[in-house]
Amino acid sequence: MKANCYFDKTDVRVEEVPDPTIVNPRDAIVKVTLAAICGSDLHLYNGLVPTMMKGDILGHEFMGEVVEVGSAVKNLRAGDRVVVPFPISCGSCFFCERKLFSLCENTNPNAWMAEKMWGYSPAGVYGYSHMLGGYAGGQAEYVRVPFADVGPLKIPPGLSDEQVLFLGDIYPTGYMAAENCSIQPGDTVAVWGCGPVGQFAIKSAAMLGAERVIGIDRVPERLRMARERSGAEVLDYEEVDIYEALKDMTAGRGPDACIDAVGMEAHAPGVVGAYDAVKQTMMLESDRPHALRQAIMACRNGGTVSVAGVYGGFIDKVPFGSFMNRSLTLKTGQTHVHRYLRPLLERIEKNEIDPSFVITHRMRLDEAPDGFEIFKHKEDECIKVVLRP
Amino acid sequence: MAIQGARYAERRDEDLARGRARTSFRPPERSEWSKRVLEPQRLAVGLGWFSIGLGLAEVVAPRQLAKLIGAPQRIGVIRAFGLREIASGVGILATLPRPVIATWSRVAGDVLDLAALGMAFRSRRADPERLAAATAAVVGATVADVYCSLRLTRGVGAAGDGRAVRVAKTIAINRSPEEVYRLWRNFENLPRFMRHLESVQVTGPNRSRWVAKGPAGASVEWDAEITDDQANQLIAWRSLPGADVDNSGVVRFERAPGGRGTVVRVEMQYAPPAGVVGATLAKLANEEPGQQVMDDLRRLKQVLETGEIARNDGPSARVADKVAARGKR
Repeated sequence: MKANCYFDKTDVRVEEVPDPTIVNPRDAIVKVTLAAICGSDLHLYNGLVPTMMKGDILGHEFMGEVVEVGSAVKNLRAGDRVVVPFPISCGSCFFCERKLFSLCENTNPNAWMAEKMWGYSPAGVYGYSHMLGGYAGGQAEYVRVPFADVGPLKIPPGLSDEQVLFLGDIYPTGYMAAENCSIQPGDTVAVWGCGPVGQFAIKSAAMLGAERVIGIDRVPERLRMARERSGAEVLDYEEVDIYEALKDMTAGRGPDACIDAVGMEAHAPGVVGAYDAVKQTMMLESDRPHALRQAIMACRNGGTVSVAGVYGGFIDKVPFGSFMNRSLTLKTGQTHVHRYLRPLLERIEKNEIDPSFVITHRMRLDEAPDGFEIFKHKEDECIKVVLRP
Repeated sequence: MAIQGARYAERRDEDLARGRARTSFRPPERSEWSKRVLEPQRLAVGLGWFSIGLGLAEVVAPRQLAKLIGAPQRIGVIRAFGLREIASGVGILATLPRPVIATWSRVAGDVLDLAALGMAFRSRRADPERLAAATAAVVGATVADVYCSLRLTRGVGAAGDGRAVRVAKTIAINRSPEEVYRLWRNFENLPRFMRHLESVQVTGPNRSRWVAKGPAGASVEWDAEITDDQANQLIAWRSLPGADVDNSGVVRFERAPGGRGTVVRVEMQYAPPAGVVGATLAKLANEEPGQQVMDDLRRLKQVLETGEIARNDGPSARVADKVAARGKR
């Protein structure tokens, strides 16, 4: 089959690779009908995620048709159309029982690598480095889906692939970021980053009852989308002082909650000795956690900072004095996608949202390397690329 | 917490005493003084500092040193030898209490020294009397180095003398102690989640025969007996005489508070097949025993909680993949 594979920094290629097969009784094989390039794939593309290996198949946002199931999968059949959540979860461990699916204890065969980097390991993820499991990703014609009796969501007829694809990652990711803000009537929520996750965070904050949502970015088409499609007021951080502008917009008090939908690329090549390598990276990229610093400083006393953007390692010069003395709350995490699948599918079915509004580029799987380039450089007003095998 | 911790430590000591393998190495009686000096760690420290001292002399004052030992003034060679001495010395002190590799590096250094002195005898600029004295001194040091290295190597290789490889790991499993105990107590289940085991065959009420993959593809075998077995709580074992790898240990199953399943604690000790050199090589090959036991426990958890072992086998655009191979180990 064809698959989009990582070869090196800024070098991905569509290659002919073997078809996946059922390995365990709870596996399924899915024929991919639509996949996407995620903003977090760009961290891989930029060579900033350790434990990526030449030849790894990329992609953790995908959906398709079940073509084969293992002997223990009773809820799916060949022919079912499914969206697959990006974290792989067993459904029966301590964390899965508590609905913390992205922290599943049983799905990362390389947990020791993540433990060296982070202390403990989260769940395995499709196509997102060996530290997170070394699973083949979904930017391919076929993909092996472990624990298929837990993850995949069956999609009823009547909804297009484009409408439901983002249930696997970015829509729940934006939604969880907003949910983590514990929004109260009258609240103002500020969202740093108006990429796809930022757009869904903005929409979700409004759906969850925020009085005002303010989107922050500098890319004109992204600010335009936040204003016109997601219903936000917008600020261009190249034009205004964000702290002053937010203060002014919130009667001198600051937003009740601040969402960081930007993240930072604090990764290091190699696991052993990562600490020093990360420090080195930090010296080269000292302005990267800027959104997080700003979100903390701008948040009102007693407010919530919700981090949806991906962070990899260590960050520098975070204003923790501001954070502690002003009783802020920090909420974050890789999205526990499984929790949100059904509730958010319902919102799509009820026409409360059509997530396909973020798509700007529709390409063939063969064109994935171009897609990465266009997306990385935000060429051609690119916001979201979907790939059709 | 403190009381609990103390109780735990006490229990663990009891178990280790109960499960301890037979002692195959027992040093002969010696006088208090010779025991202290010949104790290999102590000797190693002395040799380490001696290395550093001699190395510094060679680096700082090579001319004077050459004169002292009656050797030709080959400044560059003497300085290089000095750096080697310092490296060995630092290596010994940095890898205490078991500086096996570093003490063997001193032995290798001694051989080089003797070779260099042998060459020096042929030089017209040499002073044979002084050279002979220096050679005698190096031979003395070589004897001490070989003795120390052998003692350290052998000492670590013998189980039960406190210098075997010891591993203690723990994991929480979301299943009852009864269920976890039941799976473990049927030893024939163990190869399913213990990657290095090839087979376990129950040969009697308390006896079993174990076959495991040893280093470099070799097979190692031993018979084991259960030394303690408390249903749903604890299993202790030790290998019987004649084992390829002496080993002993205890696995404990404790009910976790708050309905959180079972805490499994494994404490074991074994004599690595090729002594500490083998253990070090295994570590270099990313086969660290603590990591192996932890990965085995993780797979036990996966079997009990999910019915299968998480595997990342799948397509990719590469032929050989070291990291994935390790993941699939």
